[in-house]
Parts: sequence; C-alpha cells; structure tokens
Amino acid sequence: MALLTEYEVAALLLSLKVSLTAVCCSLPAGIFIAWVLARFDFPGKSLLDGVIHLPLVLPPVVVGYLLLISMGRAGWIGHWLYETFGISFAFSWRGAALAAAVVSFPLMVRAIRQAFEAVDTRLEEAAQTLGAGKLRVFFTISLPLTAPGIVSGMVLAFARSLGEFGSTITFVSNIPGETRTIPLAMYSFIETPGAEAQAGRLCVIAIIISLLSLVASQWLGKRAQQRAHGQC
Amino acid sequence: MLSIKVKRQLGETLLDVDVALPLQGVSAVFGRSGAGKTSLVNILGGLAVPDSGEIRLGERWLYHSDKHINLPPEKRNAGFVFQDARLFPHYRVRGNLNYGRKGSKSAKQFDSVVQLLGLEQLLERYPASLSGGEKQRVAIGRALLTNPEILLMDEPLASLDLPRKRELLPYLQRLTRELNLPIVYVSHSLDEILQLADQMLVIDQGKAVICGPLERVWDSSELRPWLSPQEQSSLLLATVAETHPDYAMTRLQLANGASLWVNRTLREQGERIRVRIHSNQVSVCTEKPVGSSIRNVLPVTVEQINTSDDSNYVQLRLQLSGMPLWANITRWSLDELALKPGCAMYAQIKGVSLTEADLAHS
Repeated sequence: MALLTEYEVAALLLSLKVSLTAVCCSLPAGIFIAWVLARFDFPGKSLLDGVIHLPLVLPPVVVGYLLLISMGRAGWIGHWLYETFGISFAFSWRGAALAAAVVSFPLMVRAIRQAFEAVDTRLEEAAQTLGAGKLRVFFTISLPLTAPGIVSGMVLAFARSLGEFGSTITFVSNIPGETRTIPLAMYSFIETPGAEAQAGRLCVIAIIISLLSLVASQWLGKRAQQRAHGQC
Repeated sequence: MLSIKVKRQLGETLLDVDVALPLQGVSAVFGRSGAGKTSLVNILGGLAVPDSGEIRLGERWLYHSDKHINLPPEKRNAGFVFQDARLFPHYRVRGNLNYGRKGSKSAKQFDSVVQLLGLEQLLERYPASLSGGEKQRVAIGRALLTNPEILLMDEPLASLDLPRKRELLPYLQRLTRELNLPIVYVSHSLDEILQLADQMLVIDQGKAVICGPLERVWDSSELRPWLSPQEQSSLLLATVAETHPDYAMTRLQLANGASLWVNRTLREQGERIRVRIHSNQVSVCTEKPVGSSIRNVLPVTVEQINTSDDSNYVQLRLQLSGMPLWANITRWSLDELALKPGCAMYAQIKGVSLTEADLAHS
C-alpha cells in the first residue's frame, strides 16, 4: 500500500513546484533590491522599502485581489503579457507561484539585506586596490560573503510559499492539479463533511515538510557560514 | 617622483600637503594619530577623494581636480597594505595571493614572493586560522603580486602585539632591501621608521612639517618640538668594527673615526649602519671623566642650545666632528656648567643603552 494517496502526492508535488519556482524566480530580484537597499541612499528609499514590505502586513486576500486586477488575463499587465508573449498567470500554477513569490519577497529581501549590511565594506575596498572592478568585487567578495543570508532568505521564502493560501485562492482559485497546493487541498477537505481524516493526513504532511525545510535551512546556513569564514 | 598636492577638509583639520617623494626606497609618513596620515595614504590609493589638488605618479596623473582626472583604485596600480590585513575570509591564502595577480607570466614571481615572505606552509590555509603577523605577510604578498608601481602601507605593524611585530619586521626589512619598488610607509613609530625608511615626511594637523632624507629630517629642529624627551634622538652613521673578546659588546666605528661601544650585535663586520642615540642617554662633562662606568666618552663642541620656555629640559645640539648629536640636560645643569655655543665638552653615552633596536642597516 502506498504511503500517500495519489491526491496527496499531487498536492505535495504541486506545493513544492510552486514554492521552488517562486523562490528561484524572485531570487535575482531579491538579491538586487537587498543590495540596493543595503548600499545606497537615494530619495524614495523608504517608499521602496515600504512597498516591498507591504505584502508582509497586508491581508493576503488584498494581495490576491491586487494580483487579480493587475496580472489576471483582463488585468492591465496580465493582458499585455498575454497579448505579447502568450504568458498567462490566471488560473494556472504559474499564478500560484507568482502569488507565493509576492508574499514571500519581503522575508527574502530582509534576510539578504541584513547579510549585505554585515559584509565588511573594507574588504571590498581591498579588492578594488587589487585591481578588481565593481562587478568583480560584487561577484567575488560581496556575494559569497552574503551566502549565509541568501540561504536563510531562500529558506524563509520557501517556507512562506509552502504555507501561502489567501492570495493564491483569491488570484488563481482552487483548481485540483493546477493550483490546489497543500493548504488549499486541506481547506477543501475541511469544507467537505466527513473528510476530517484526510485533512488530518495533509496536516501531518505539512508539518513534516515544514520541519524538514527548517532542519535543512539550519544545516545549509551553518555550511554557508563556515564557507564564508573559511572554516571548512 | 610621486608629486602630491592635495587639500581635503577632515572634520576640524584641513589636510593640506604639497610634497614630492622620490620613486625609490621607503618614504615614511610620520605623525600622531589624527594628523591625517591615513587620509593621505587613502587619497593616494584612491579610497578617498581630495577636495582639490593633483597627484602624479611618475608621468601618470592619478588625480587632477582641474582636469577632472580621478583614477579609481583598481586603475591606479598601487598595492595597498592595510593596518588590518583585510584578507578575504572565503579564500585560502593561495586564493588571496592570486586575487589580484596579473598575467600568466608570473609563476616565477609567485614563488619568489611566497619565499620572500615565508608563506610556503600557509598556502592551503584559510585566513581565520592565521596569526596577525601571518595575515599581514599574506596581505603584503597579495599586494606585491599585483605588480604595483608603488606600494602603500598604512601602519602594517600597528595592530600587532610586540612579539608579532618583531616577527614581521625582518620580512619588511628584506622586502624593502630586495625589491626595487617605491614604498610609502605610514607609521607613528620611530622605531619602525628607523629600521625601514630612507625618506621621511612628517605630518602634523594636516600639514607637511618637513620632508627629506631620513638623517636630515631626524636631525632637524622641526621634528624635535613634538617628540617627547624620551623619543628625541640622533642618528649617527657607523660601521660595525669588532666584537670585544671578553665581553658581549661590539665596537662601531663612527664616520669620523671615533669608537662607540654597544651591546653585542650579530651584524657582519663592515656593515654600514645607522645608530640611534636617545638624547636622554647623552650627558656632558666639561672635563674628560676618570673612573667612569660609561664606555663611550666622545669629544664634542656645543653648537646650539634650545631652551623651550615651559620645559625643564634643555636640548643641546653637539657637534661630533661633523655629525650632530643631541643631548637633553636639565636647566639646572645648563646654569651650573655655564654652557655656551662653542664650548668644548665630552659627551658620555652609556653602552648599555644602545641595543639592537637602535641599529639599522643603512
């Protein structure tokens, strides 16, 4: 007898796919914005900071609604994307990934930004005196020394993405096999009379993968920390 | 020449320097903390920008405010050694050394730098496991391997404890002797400058007080006022002559033929050296003393008497047949001995006070 039902496997794989996509696609932007916020002062910096943190405090349903009216097929950006590139977020797993990316973005940026702020800029100066241009300094000094922060930012964002519910269900609805991630699947079972056992099983699965990702993050974080400080 | 003519406001003080340093040997930049030494060397390296002025290294402009030239640090081709070694923690020593290496032809150079600085055993280690002195040696090697036109060193020994300093200093001495590379060496330690420098630039409150060959600056009246009496000293040129058969003392032959006995040194006979004589260790007598424990009694003439108003000390500038020798005595002694310029005297220098730290290769 299989450990998990086909339905649970589908929800689990979808959850992992959505979360990984969300994290990987938002990572370059996250690193860039974190670096800008950590290293530069410019007019409107607090506004940018505020906008990025907004999904952290807004009700997820608001985020979902905003995504729906902007990125939905009839939304002003979504419409243009569909017309130009044929990309559609509406009612697809891509939309779920987008929603997850938006709500988890502030957590990622925060962690990476703190790591950038902790990098000793005097090391960057030293690299410059050794003949390294700005780009080389960034990729050989700043970025590797930020690795522990990047790892923890990615894991935080991944965990947040796994748990994303409100904006996903608002933006891309609850479509089995397409947008029904573990939280949405659980919600469906809770809504269905007599499916308490199935909901309970999903609950256990959610706890296990969250725990696994936390353990993995600690291990990765420690490795990255040691690597950045030359102790392994 | 390295011509420096820069102005920069540093909080309350204005850094305003206009000097030219020769592009050979070690030019020491000396001054108290806060005098602007580090700012000056940062400006030379491109890590700080002056408000106005110009810097020219040989035929190349590094900075020129009117021509809007300001080369970034990576284009200046100046090696920089910081007070804190600033090694990259995520690279091994080898990686740190290779970071700024230019071209592929330098495999031989890599080996020679590694050997010069004694880094053979450290190559595969990470900076976290190195001692302060080892880190600084790696940092120096890293800067040398960029093939710089000039090496800027900002107090490379200052953050090390005394044993680490003693360990690193011989490497620096070898480096300055064996490399044909101009070095700007910032320091607040006269001990280091004595051992390493050929030229000396003195900075006080952002202004260049005096600049020139080490012996001349050391002997100048400009330097003395802001050294404490314990720091005041003279430099004499000498040659290592012989070691006493029975006692651990070495005789130095001064340029004028007189002898100076110092604590035994392991330097080779015939080596030309500079001897530093602390002014507080020099006393004077009007007649040649008899039955004295003091080994060095040298005939001198009083040349100049500096009495600063607020001090109990009087600085005597004595003439030791052509070489200046400074002595600090009290005002009381001055009055009692009725010293005047031109008086013939005997200067006494305790042999025990002259140690290896006072001798430097010339």
